[in-house]
Amino acid sequence: MAKLNINGKTVDLKVDGDTPLLWAIREQGGLTGTKYGCGVAQCGACSVHINGEVQRSCSIQVKDVKATDKIVTIEGLSPNGSHPVQKAWLELEVAQCGYCQTGQIMAAAALLKKKPKPTDSDIDEAMTNICRCGTYQRIRAGIKLAATGGTPAKKG
Amino acid sequence: MTNTMTDTSTKTKLSRRNLLITGAAAGGGLAIGLQTGIGEAIAQRVLGTPGDEVAAWVVIKPDNSYVVRIARSEMGQGTLTGLAQLVTEELDADWSKVQWEYPTPGQNLARKRVWGDMSTGGSRGIRGSHDYVRQGGAAARQMLLQAAAAEMKVPVEELTTDKGVITHAKSKKSITYGKVASAAAKLPVPDLKTMKLKDAKDWKIAGKPLKRLDTKDKLTGKQVYGIDLKMPGLLNASIKDAPVHGAKIASVDDAKAKTMPGVKGIYRVGDGAVAVVADTWWQANKALGEIKITYEDSPNFKVDTTSIAAFQKTGLDTTENVFSANKVGDAAGAIAGAAKKVEASFSSPMAHHVTMEPMNCTAKWTADKCEVWVPTQNGEASLGACAQAAGLPAEKCEVYKLHLGGGFGRRGAQDYVTKAVLLAKQMPGVPVKLLYSREEDMRRGYFRPVGQAKLQAGLDDKGNLVGLTMRIAAQSIPAALLPQVLAQNNGNDFIMYQGLNDIGGPRAAEGGFGYTIPNLNIDCVMRNTHMTPGFWRGVNNNQNTFWLECFMDEVAKAAGKDPLVFRRELMSKDPRTKKHLDVLNAVAAKIGWETTKPAAGTFRGIAQQMGYGSYVAAAAEVSVNDRGKVKIHRLVMGTDSGHVVNPDQVEAQVVGSVAYGLSSTLLEEITIKNGAVVEENLDTYDILRMADFPKVETVTVPSGGFWGGVGEPTIMVAGPAVINAIFAATGKPVRSLPLKNVKLRA
Repeated sequence: MAKLNINGKTVDLKVDGDTPLLWAIREQGGLTGTKYGCGVAQCGACSVHINGEVQRSCSIQVKDVKATDKIVTIEGLSPNGSHPVQKAWLELEVAQCGYCQTGQIMAAAALLKKKPKPTDSDIDEAMTNICRCGTYQRIRAGIKLAATGGTPAKKG
Repeated sequence: MTNTMTDTSTKTKLSRRNLLITGAAAGGGLAIGLQTGIGEAIAQRVLGTPGDEVAAWVVIKPDNSYVVRIARSEMGQGTLTGLAQLVTEELDADWSKVQWEYPTPGQNLARKRVWGDMSTGGSRGIRGSHDYVRQGGAAARQMLLQAAAAEMKVPVEELTTDKGVITHAKSKKSITYGKVASAAAKLPVPDLKTMKLKDAKDWKIAGKPLKRLDTKDKLTGKQVYGIDLKMPGLLNASIKDAPVHGAKIASVDDAKAKTMPGVKGIYRVGDGAVAVVADTWWQANKALGEIKITYEDSPNFKVDTTSIAAFQKTGLDTTENVFSANKVGDAAGAIAGAAKKVEASFSSPMAHHVTMEPMNCTAKWTADKCEVWVPTQNGEASLGACAQAAGLPAEKCEVYKLHLGGGFGRRGAQDYVTKAVLLAKQMPGVPVKLLYSREEDMRRGYFRPVGQAKLQAGLDDKGNLVGLTMRIAAQSIPAALLPQVLAQNNGNDFIMYQGLNDIGGPRAAEGGFGYTIPNLNIDCVMRNTHMTPGFWRGVNNNQNTFWLECFMDEVAKAAGKDPLVFRRELMSKDPRTKKHLDVLNAVAAKIGWETTKPAAGTFRGIAQQMGYGSYVAAAAEVSVNDRGKVKIHRLVMGTDSGHVVNPDQVEAQVVGSVAYGLSSTLLEEITIKNGAVVEENLDTYDILRMADFPKVETVTVPSGGFWGGVGEPTIMVAGPAVINAIFAATGKPVRSLPLKNVKLRA
């Protein structure tokens, strides 16, 4: 059993302590927006926020997460996709297959919390998640749009 | 998770209740309703929207919203939205009220393939179905008009349509599609071939940069991919197939795994695989890691990357089992008598698809029915694989297509469907979700074929190209996957010479050779290995373009000519290569090849090719520092795909394809040791990320009159343009990839 605080709710999950947080979130927690990509903290599809920091949940064991640690998944980022990053992603049609995008959005949201006006090199440094569809150019534009909160000069 | 294997009777009942298939009375339509428990998203997306089917492609609801049936698979490429735009254009419905759904492969079979080919690859989604989906939309509109004419008691010729509303101008009366849909659905469907389609210049919905129909749920975690599927009683499985492809299991020791938490069963799947079924996937995968498997020895265990390379090299000069690709005049003779000769050999490694969502399939088998839920690029092939593995006729099988977390050619292969069904068959009545671990996904890839090429050129004393030979020695995809295709072509694998086809020959419309050379000989030999090749986005065009286009720069240099000028000379002699030349000129103009100088220390490269029915070219600006590190400053990508259905999605595909192409050019390589894949995860198989992705500019020059693909073509020119720019920077040609293995500075 593990007691976890996910998206503001404390839940008791029937799970072994060595289970990666990713799988506890998906299989016991039933929240499938957090994705499995590699299991070795390389691709970032499993990105969640823990106490405001973006973390790769595939490589954190449940026993190392405290009941007081605040875990936020994509499902808890905003009600109805209203976070500025989600809105920017919608506006610029960032997603293609979309599988990595929940992780990309979590990484981008964490970046903007720390650096509300990120430079290109801030983005390069923070956004290390893999997108196999190659949406990097629109992800960059999406972060900039979310940072300004404005309307893009040019779509795409 | 409290799944057990014993309560299957409840699950069977649940399934029957959840899955209601009825032949709807009105219009001979059909409705398949899937209730929750299998996932809201799927419930909404599988055939079953209430309303009236008006011709096979459209369902009209009473509130005037409408549903477009999408036969091809959506894997990020935007085909779903593009096809809906094409249907809507002819239907003349209100785009703000559009919905979509996937017909199932089983229903397609039952209705004599009324929705046509469901396979989604080769950049065919739009270009392979634009005519009949538009005809379907037009037929629906005609049926609605006839129904309205009867209802309004006016001649059908006096009616007009706009955004789902039918108007009779004389009487100033109007009626919505929704009001006449039921009557329309009862009318006979006219012969689609007689439908007159709109001219592209009159398009209002097609050709416009409309928003995708499938974005919102991808941003909130609601989108259900195959890996996310939930249903009552579902168990989870992880599998390990032989790392040396084709190897057979000698022994399995699962004593420890059997006792581990959550484990419900351990099963053999085929000759080479073992799968663990458990309550959760994590439990299954953990237990799988504790199983000791040995395999029967075979010579394949001694194969490695070096031995494959040595074997393939023997194909560069052989005269045995050679098949011709494109031949004009006497190339060998012309080169022998040339004033100057150029020769170079190239190689290209295996690459892996690495779809971000690993392979998965959920299957449920009983003695009289087998169902699979699967992200697939080819629903009908999934149905075939399901039936074969289930030991049931196709009529007793069904496939429910789910969103794909990437395809890139990998999900055309059906290994994961076969394995899921073979596994589920051993647990009758229990739905089992089989998910490959990333390691399994890497080991059991369908790799981009490894290959080599030797090119020779002869120049006359004025630097004119008088002869060119190109010998390709490579793995053949059909030899491994499609033996029937080889048999139909006398053992000649035409995929091996993609993009190099005779400009006057039967494959010119797919990928005609863009250069006019008086003496030309392109030929191929197969040099296969036991590791399974597959269709990797762009397929053999990737290697062929690298080899040809980078060699062309070496020849241009030997001729003392600018690479653009050299190409132009060879592309201006035959009107059939005009489109090739036009797109090359478009990227040259955009990057300023002849009008601006690149910044100090940066150099330019250019490349062109034709593939998937489209003409593409790329121009790059790069710098190479003293330590040999490459920086790509700019990349201009040009495409002429004839028609463009959604310019915003074309741009997204072109830019995205660059990431795939550059990632492989710069970083990606699958190596083989002891007969198996070395790179088992993304810590060793490196993929291009944000920081190294250059600024990409697109030039779309649709010349109209034909339908080319866009998902793949530009991949093949991105890398060669960069390599040619590096050649310009260093003066040393790059002849093997990935670039990370090449020392660019001494």
